[in-house]
Amino acid sequence: MSRRPFVRPVSRTRWYFKHPRYLRYMSREVTCVFIGAFTLLLLCAVERLSEGQAAYESFLAAIGGPWSALGLSIVLIFVVHNAISWFNVTPKALPVQIGEGFLPGRFIVAAHYAVWILISLAVLFFAGVL
Amino acid sequence: MNERMVQLDVLRYDPQVDDEPHFQHYEVPCKEEWVVLDALNAIKESIDPTLNYRWSCHMAVCGSCGMMINGEPRLSCHAFLRDFEGVIRVEPLANFPIERDLVTVADDFIDKLKRVKPYLIPGETRSIDEGEYIQTPAQLMKYRHFSMCINCMLCYAACPQYALQPLFLGPAAITLAHRYNLDSRDGGRDERQQVIATNEGVWECSFVGACSEVCPKAVDPAGALQQVKVASTLDWFREHLLPGDTK
Ligand code: SF4
Ligand code: FES
Repeated sequence: MSRRPFVRPVSRTRWYFKHPRYLRYMSREVTCVFIGAFTLLLLCAVERLSEGQAAYESFLAAIGGPWSALGLSIVLIFVVHNAISWFNVTPKALPVQIGEGFLPGRFIVAAHYAVWILISLAVLFFAGVL
Repeated sequence: MNERMVQLDVLRYDPQVDDEPHFQHYEVPCKEEWVVLDALNAIKESIDPTLNYRWSCHMAVCGSCGMMINGEPRLSCHAFLRDFEGVIRVEPLANFPIERDLVTVADDFIDKLKRVKPYLIPGETRSIDEGEYIQTPAQLMKYRHFSMCINCMLCYAACPQYALQPLFLGPAAITLAHRYNLDSRDGGRDERQQVIATNEGVWECSFVGACSEVCPKAVDPAGALQQVKVASTLDWFREHLLPGDTK
């Protein structure tokens, strides 16, 4: 008997509409675009800072308007979404075995949030906000 | 015992006559406590003996009855009819070629399993007189959940990376390699790394996590693959940044 296996076609451009879990994955992946854009903005800031106080202040003025506030808020939402979705999966990548059991994943996730908060506080402290 | 009519749309494909698969509608009286596999057996026994599908144990152990049930990779012996409403759509496991009806071609998966050397390669050779290789319960727990895999291939059917890049070694094979790498009695990690720490190995994985969501045995292949990435990255640092190692 001759075999003639049938291969079902896979859409390269629309596969993520096939299941909500794929859309959830894509929503995490697109955050990198916003994080990339914000990183570029930070690099520009550092560059202007190196050019002196006047250059840096004009840069701050340029990004100070309501539209950039809106844009930065959107970026912030995506950055937070990225951080939360990655923090929540860290127990999978970094399991901590204690004797014959494993440390419950929520402690590993909580440790990430704790470090995040500490670093944020340190940044605010050095920036003179706190 | 309560009985009710259950409707199923089953994907059929006969390589002798069909150019492509098509759905066939069945209505079959089923008992309340039945699973999808029971409904298929009832169809085959009393309605349509030409229907083809694989199964063996009927208790989520042999791993042969995987199918797409309403678009989700499931063991059909583990999918209770009472959890479904309306017409149940049954298709062969996604991402594998269809041999006939619900039977898929599993050769690719079997080849990949072989490539990762899924067996103990003892780190030290012991003569029989020296006795068995001893392992503590803590050493066992390190890999135990990864050893629960029943090779059902549901994780491959759920993985979009495998769908887009069929060369990808895939979740279960890499997980099994990791299971042996974590085994205190094993010394074969270097050999397996050649296969799994590659572009078509673990680095094809982008951590969608679908494999772990569909795994019927809570093996957590997504976890295993991320751990392989961490370990392989540490290898790279050791090789390139530590002095004295010129491997
Ligand atoms: S890892 Fe889980 S889903 Fe994948 S083959 Fe093994 S038991 Fe099945
Ligand atoms: S028949 Fe064995 S796993 Fe379903």
